[in-house]
Amino acid sequence: MVAVAATESVFETVNAVYVSESRRVLATLIRLLGDFDTAEEALHDAFRAALEQWPRDGVPSNPRSWLVSAGRFKAIDGLRRRARFDPLDEAGAAADIAVEPDLWTGDESVEDDRLRLIFTCCHPALAPDAQVALTLREVCGLRTEEIGQAFLTPAPTLAQRIVRAKAKIRDAKIPYQIPSREELPARLDAVLRVVYLVFNEGYAASSGATVTRHDLSGEAIRLGRLVVDLLPEPEAIGLLALMLLHDSRRAARTSPAGDVILLDDQDRSLWNRQQIAEGARLVRQALSTSGFGAYAIQAAIAAVHAEARDGAATDWREIVGLYDVLLRLNPSPVVELNRAVAIAMRDGPEAGLALVDAILARGDLGDYRLAHAARAELCRRLGRTADARASFERALTLTKQEPERRFLERRLAGLSK
Amino acid sequence: MKYLCLVYLESGKLHAVPDGECMACGDGLRKSGKLLAAEPLYPVETATTVRVRNGAVSVTDGPFAETKEQLAGFYLIDARDLNEAIQVASKIPPAREGSIEVRPVRELNP
Repeated sequence: MVAVAATESVFETVNAVYVSESRRVLATLIRLLGDFDTAEEALHDAFRAALEQWPRDGVPSNPRSWLVSAGRFKAIDGLRRRARFDPLDEAGAAADIAVEPDLWTGDESVEDDRLRLIFTCCHPALAPDAQVALTLREVCGLRTEEIGQAFLTPAPTLAQRIVRAKAKIRDAKIPYQIPSREELPARLDAVLRVVYLVFNEGYAASSGATVTRHDLSGEAIRLGRLVVDLLPEPEAIGLLALMLLHDSRRAARTSPAGDVILLDDQDRSLWNRQQIAEGARLVRQALSTSGFGAYAIQAAIAAVHAEARDGAATDWREIVGLYDVLLRLNPSPVVELNRAVAIAMRDGPEAGLALVDAILARGDLGDYRLAHAARAELCRRLGRTADARASFERALTLTKQEPERRFLERRLAGLSK
Repeated sequence: MKYLCLVYLESGKLHAVPDGECMACGDGLRKSGKLLAAEPLYPVETATTVRVRNGAVSVTDGPFAETKEQLAGFYLIDARDLNEAIQVASKIPPAREGSIEVRPVRELNP
């Protein structure tokens, strides 16, 4: 124990320890106590005990183990008391916490507990929206109200989602485990999907008044870093790179009035060079291993854009090549559409339009606003004004996002009569 | 922990998986000690739904709900946790033709 400090600064210390350690302590308490709700209650009891004891006795040398011990002690004490139907015993409740040996708070097992928590929150037996809510709540420590605001969902709805998910974990006995080697690829996929969903909700909010909700993107990047720290698999690295590279353009993507600015028209001096450098380094790291996948390839495409001096200097040949690889790894009409746009940039709008029309003719992307917007742009560049107008109008009927609507209206108004 | 794995199939696929393959699956599970009971069912046309409302027994023809897939059989298994139950369920042959619903078995609280 260090010397007794002024109460004021001990409060600050407890606060700082809460920010840096509460998620780790929670992850370990869930393992020790076997239940999310009991662990959360124990976490609060532990911090309450810290507020009482640390100003008097000083801050323990290892606050994390102290908190785990305190939480465990309080929870077991509470269970015993409930079992005996004892009234709350003031003397017992105020009993000092004796720190137990650091048997289960070594760095390695603490990091394993964080992974256990992530994999449990992202278990495929939970509904996808519940996985997202639970991960943000338990792993990131966001309050239910904060998650609700970010997802434009009423807090009670989210709270209910979280309660149901915890009940399923308990009743169906979803284990608090890191998946085995053979399960790992599929389970890591599920985790990365949750991280990317959170990022996209922040980066390109699917509805609402603003294009980006920065808090969620930042949270997803922090979460992505945590996953890479704990489990440096190529696709985890690829996803972190992808998020960093996309996010590097955040300041340039919208005008001060909140309007969309296309990649070509963005002020590249606003791009975050530090994020681009880190993203590009991570892409190379991911691509140098054999297990890379769709995230790493998408990150590589984003890196080619990010490293071009200006729109004209973009290496479209390289980008088309990367889309070819992506299409093999992850065949989907949306990837095909993006490849068609890249081909238009490499070979001219006519070649791109033929591909876009072929995709639309198959009926795959008929309701996808960006397919119609892409078609409209290509028609505009070919001087096919009537076709461009029809496609812009179709895209407009499909968009739910205010800034995107304004963007499409401006493009529509800009067509020569 | 006990789990009930409910096998759902479209009516046209009730015999898509050979019986011999299902018997082999049951034998393997029994040897591993995980199988408590497994039975295939007659088609949904033979189903009767029983309800009691206000003390009166109501018996209706047919299953509880109209769906494309019907309950075709079940496996009552004993698994360590949901991960193991999912693993077992994924090896039940009709998983590929229809779907297997995994339901944890609840203890009665008298």
